[in-house]
Amino acid sequence: MALKDITLGQFFPGNSFLHKLDPRCKLLLVVFFIVSLFVAKNAAGYGLMLAVLLICILASKVGFKAILRGMKPIFFIVVFTAVLNLLYTPGTGTPLVEFWIFHIYWEGVRTAIFMVFRIMMLISCTFLLTYTTSPILLTDALESLLGPLKTLHMPIHELAMMMSIALRFIPTLIEETDKIMAAQKARGADFESGGLVQKAKSLIPLLVPLFISAFRRADELAVAMECRCYHGGEGRTRMRQLKYAFRDYIALALGLGLCAAVFYLNTLGIF
Amino acid sequence: MEPIIETQKLSHIYSAGTPFEHIALDQIDFSAQKGEYLGIIGHTGSGKSTLIQHLNGLLKPTSGKVLVEGKDIWQDKATTRWARFQVGLVFQYPEYQLFEETVYKDISFGPKNMGLNEQEVDRRVREAAGFVGLADSVLEQSPFELSGGQKRRVAIAGVIAMEPAVLILDEPTAGLDPVGVEQILGNIRDYHKAKNATIIIVSHSMEEMARTADRLVVINDGRIPIEGAPAEVFSHGEELEAIGLGVPQMTRIFHRLNALGVDVDPSVYTVEQAKTAVMELLKRKGMM
Repeated sequence: MALKDITLGQFFPGNSFLHKLDPRCKLLLVVFFIVSLFVAKNAAGYGLMLAVLLICILASKVGFKAILRGMKPIFFIVVFTAVLNLLYTPGTGTPLVEFWIFHIYWEGVRTAIFMVFRIMMLISCTFLLTYTTSPILLTDALESLLGPLKTLHMPIHELAMMMSIALRFIPTLIEETDKIMAAQKARGADFESGGLVQKAKSLIPLLVPLFISAFRRADELAVAMECRCYHGGEGRTRMRQLKYAFRDYIALALGLGLCAAVFYLNTLGIF
Repeated sequence: MEPIIETQKLSHIYSAGTPFEHIALDQIDFSAQKGEYLGIIGHTGSGKSTLIQHLNGLLKPTSGKVLVEGKDIWQDKATTRWARFQVGLVFQYPEYQLFEETVYKDISFGPKNMGLNEQEVDRRVREAAGFVGLADSVLEQSPFELSGGQKRRVAIAGVIAMEPAVLILDEPTAGLDPVGVEQILGNIRDYHKAKNATIIIVSHSMEEMARTADRLVVINDGRIPIEGAPAEVFSHGEELEAIGLGVPQMTRIFHRLNALGVDVDPSVYTVEQAKTAVMELLKRKGMM
C-alpha cells in the first residue's frame, strides 16, 4: 500500500496568484530564478533570492510543509555536496581546522553554505512550479515555448504528447503494480525478505506482468487515438488556449528585475 | 461446528486520518464452513474485494480479527504466511499476473513458494492442470500464446496447485463468453467436490450465484445486510433492488405472478425450479 503514497503528479489545486499565472510565464520565471541562482555570488544576492522565494511560497498557499516534504529525498545529496565543498575547497590564509589530510578553510565553509542554499532553493522553486501547475498545463506550456524549434524539424509536439501520456499513466501503473503485487503475494511471493540478489529475483513476477500490461495499454491507446483520427500535431487546434494576461507581463518584468538585481548585487563586495 | 474461516468485528478504514478517509468495512462478522460453496454479492465499491483480501492476510484489519481454523492469522508472521497457503485467492482478471516462460512453470510458482519437494510440486501442477482441463501439451507452451479463456484457467490452476482449504475467486467469469463461463464454473465445482474445499465466489451476477452457491452473503456499504440460502436472500427482492442488485429473472417473474394473484411460491430462482412450480400448479388445478 506504500506505493500509493508516492506523490508524483503533486499538483495542489488552488486559486492563488501563482496558480492563475500563465504556465509559460511560470516556466520562464523558474528559468530566470535558476539563472539568478547560479549567477549569485554573495550573501546579498542569495538573501534577495531567498526573500523572493519565501514570498512566492506564501503567495501560493501550498504551505512550507509540502515544500519541506519534497526535500526529504534530496537530503542526502545536500549533505554530500556540503561535505565535499567543505573539505575540498582550496583557500588562502590559515585553515580553520586541520585534521588528517583535510584542511578546512573559511572559503570552504562559505561555499558549503551557499551550495546548500542553492540546491534547496533550486528544488523549492521547481516544486513550487509543479505544485501550482497541473501536469497538462505544464506540457502545453512546454510545447508552446519550444514551438519555434519546430521550424528546425524538432518533433516538439510528439515530445509534449509523450510527456502528457507518461504523466497520465503514472497513477494507472501504480495501481496496476499494487494489484499484481497482491496477486503474487497470494501465491506466496515474498517481496520483503532476503538479500539483494533474492530481492531482485523476487521482482520478476512483478515486472514481467507489468511490462506486458504496459505494452497492451500502449497498443490500445494507439488504436483509440487513431480511431479519433489523431495524426500528429499538424493543424491540430486546442480546447485550452493559453493567453498572456496583464499579471503575466508584470510577473515576467519582476523576474527580469530579479535577474538584473542579482547581477548588480554581485558587483558590490558584500560578504 | 467451528467455521474454517471467520471474521470477528472486522473493520477496515482506508487512508485513516486524511481527508480521503473511507470506511470500507464496518464491523463485519462473516464465516464459512468447511466444504461450503458460498457466494458474496455486492456492487462495485461495496467492500467485497476489501473483505476477501483480509481473508488471506493481504490486508491488515484496522480493527477486529480474522480467524482461519480458529487461529488469529495476525498473531505472528508464520501464521500470516500459513494463512496465505490455506486460503487461496484468485483475483479479478487473474490472467494479467502470468509471468513465466511456460505454463508449467507458472502453475508451479505457488507450490514452490510453499517449499515443497520437486515430486510433490510436479504432482500438484499436473493435478491442478487437470482440474481446469488443460492438456499436457499446453503445459510446455508459453502462457502468452494462449487464448484469453485458457490464460484464465492457467491462472486459476496456479492457485489451485497450492491446494488451499478455502478457494476464493473474485469475479472468475468476468469477460468470458457463455461457454467459457460454464467451463470455469465446472472446473471450480470439480475442485470443490474432489477436495471438499470451501469455495467463496465473489460476483455481481445474481443468475450465476443462484445456480451455484449453497449460501449467499450480500455486502453493501461495508456491511452485511442480508445472508442465507439463495431462496431466502431472493425473498428480500425489494431490499436487493434498493441496494441496486436485483434478483434473478425467474424470481422476478414469479414475484409478479404472485402479485397478479397466481398461487405460486415466489422464492423460485432457477429455470428448473420454475418448471417444477408451474407443473405442480397445473396438477393442483387439475389441468394435467
